[in-house]
Amino acid sequence: MNVEQIKEKLINYDGPEVNIMEVCGSHTGAIAKNGIPDLLSKKINLISGPGCPVCVTPSSYIDRLIDLAVNEGKVIVTFGDLLRVPGSTKTLSQAKGEGADVRMIYSPMDILKPAMEEPEKEFIFAAIGFETTTPVYALLLEEIIDNDLSNVKLLTAIKTMPEVIDYLCRQKTIVNAFLAPGHVSVIIGSNVYIPLATKYNIPFGVAGFEAEEILEAICGIVTEQDGGSVRNYYVKVVTEKGNETATGIIEKYFEKGDAVWRGMGNVPDSGRYIRPEYERYDAGSRFLDNDVKKNKACCCDKVLLGVMRPNECPLFGKVCSPLNPQGACMVSTEGSCFSYYSYGR
Amino acid sequence: MSSDIITMVHGSGGSATSELIESIFEKNFDNDTLSEMEDSAVVEGAPRFAVTTDSFVVKPLFFQGGDIGRLSICGTVNDLLMRGAVPKYITCGMILEEGASIDNLRRITESMAETAKEAGVEIVAGDTKVIEGNGGIIINTAGVGFVDEKLDIASGNARPGDKIIVSGNIGEHHAAILASRLGIETDIKSDCAPLVKIVHNLIAHRIRIHVLRDVTRGGLATVLKEIAGACGNNFMIKEELLPVTSMVKEFCGLLGLDPLYMGNEGKLVAIVHPEDEEAALDIIRHSTYGQDAVCIGEVVSGGDSASGNDRTSGNDCTSSKDHTSGSVILETLIGGRRELDVLQGEGLPRIC
Repeated sequence: MNVEQIKEKLINYDGPEVNIMEVCGSHTGAIAKNGIPDLLSKKINLISGPGCPVCVTPSSYIDRLIDLAVNEGKVIVTFGDLLRVPGSTKTLSQAKGEGADVRMIYSPMDILKPAMEEPEKEFIFAAIGFETTTPVYALLLEEIIDNDLSNVKLLTAIKTMPEVIDYLCRQKTIVNAFLAPGHVSVIIGSNVYIPLATKYNIPFGVAGFEAEEILEAICGIVTEQDGGSVRNYYVKVVTEKGNETATGIIEKYFEKGDAVWRGMGNVPDSGRYIRPEYERYDAGSRFLDNDVKKNKACCCDKVLLGVMRPNECPLFGKVCSPLNPQGACMVSTEGSCFSYYSYGR
Repeated sequence: MSSDIITMVHGSGGSATSELIESIFEKNFDNDTLSEMEDSAVVEGAPRFAVTTDSFVVKPLFFQGGDIGRLSICGTVNDLLMRGAVPKYITCGMILEEGASIDNLRRITESMAETAKEAGVEIVAGDTKVIEGNGGIIINTAGVGFVDEKLDIASGNARPGDKIIVSGNIGEHHAAILASRLGIETDIKSDCAPLVKIVHNLIAHRIRIHVLRDVTRGGLATVLKEIAGACGNNFMIKEELLPVTSMVKEFCGLLGLDPLYMGNEGKLVAIVHPEDEEAALDIIRHSTYGQDAVCIGEVVSGGDSASGNDRTSGNDCTSSKDHTSGSVILETLIGGRRELDVLQGEGLPRIC
């Protein structure tokens, strides 16, 4: 089928209602950016899931970073998105304004140079993300060890996808199909979704990020796939088994553990932590379990679970906007609320 | 000069200040009005004129395709042009941090003088201050331009049917600055340029220009959304028509940025009467800095309500059929539609 035929099928689809969750933040961004909802029949709904690493990081993690910067005088090094995420009382950006040394970088490896040039300072790298970024953090650890750098530590909030999808399926959700994350699947492979698909009798389609690739996967899911099936539509980069080199280095430095997701609470085995033998490089990442809402009425938890659309939250577009985010989903460009707000999705 | 770097003494108002002014600013900005060295410049006037001011804090001071000096003239000149003015006079306030390199200051001043000459403006007044710091240079320029009494160019003037023209490729200045900050090697150059020729040629050929805006911070999407809000009509534009070079596209892809939200310093949006579309395009394409001009869409009548930004109305957020007035709607390459808002936040790169 060519793209025009796929578009024709999707706009005229008249079968049972399908609620497809995209669990990857990059999919959320691409769907909004390409105006894909506009090309679908009213019986196909796309729902954003908990696939934006910034959005699912609990407030205690932000508080810990601020504490390290303000009270312990450490240099915090982070990706830009994290700066404006609300902790329980303030954001990293506010702490920076008050004098904390918070530096923004674009690649984790960028921390090595300042760490070597300023040996008197201790650097903390805010390592958040999913399976996609974890191998890079493992490589960073390897560099830190190889260069014998004693002034760099990681504060990690690393999460894993299959476990949170399992958690989602156990909740009361309207989701009855998944657009599986393309980048994550490059690392972990498409076979990991088979047990989930079978257990919950739900179809999974692994999709790429171009508009045509997303449409092809949606079309396959709604018109061809049975419940319980897994299909890989992103064959050019995703294999059944994933990238074993990457998973190997993850295993070397990180072990599994429970993790708290913002607004959702503890999800068993859904986190990764630096192994005890390397704990001297860990800035205290375990047990950051507290998760305090900045605004009690914020519905990020329901949005992340797919039981509420962003624009159904009472704060949406009123007190909560990208300039004044009440919850993390409004901060990152990959967040569901940001996407709805900015692209009128 | 007796020193290689700026020190607090250069801001004292005494002999070191005079030496700095004479050897760098007066020498380069050379004109009769400035040479009078009075407390203020007295210049010829006009019945109607445009006034604007802008401050420049860009880092690095020198980048591919320009420097802070050229930028400080282009920014102010272009702001004047966007109301149809003929830019005439510029003032220059220099705020120098201790430790600033005098050689850099000289190069920046030469660049300002050269750009002012290109734009046909005189730098008639100036001020220098030195503050504590780390060698930074901040420039403020203010400008005055004369406006023909019959001209009425303003954001509120866009009417249904009008054509939306962009004078060239978007995102280049932003990408060039970001690349040099990140140490990414690319051939992308800032498009920093005075748009005098484009605007004057449009006016000279009596093109019915309803709106002119330069596409600076916030990028094309932000500028269009602001104009749409001011005129109360909707804009329909097509992604396939947007002028973006493949280099900028790739750069944006790498960092997760959207060219629609990346700033320029030498591009304008012209909204013109529909019958003048072809003539306007031809004129811009034959003017300096306008060779890549394209029409990207048109103005359509405002929607069903004038409430503007109420995003909470209605449950069906996925529908794009009924837009409130002041909306900018982009038809995507795949044929979907997406509403463009002003830039939110700082346009930070994605993290995964």
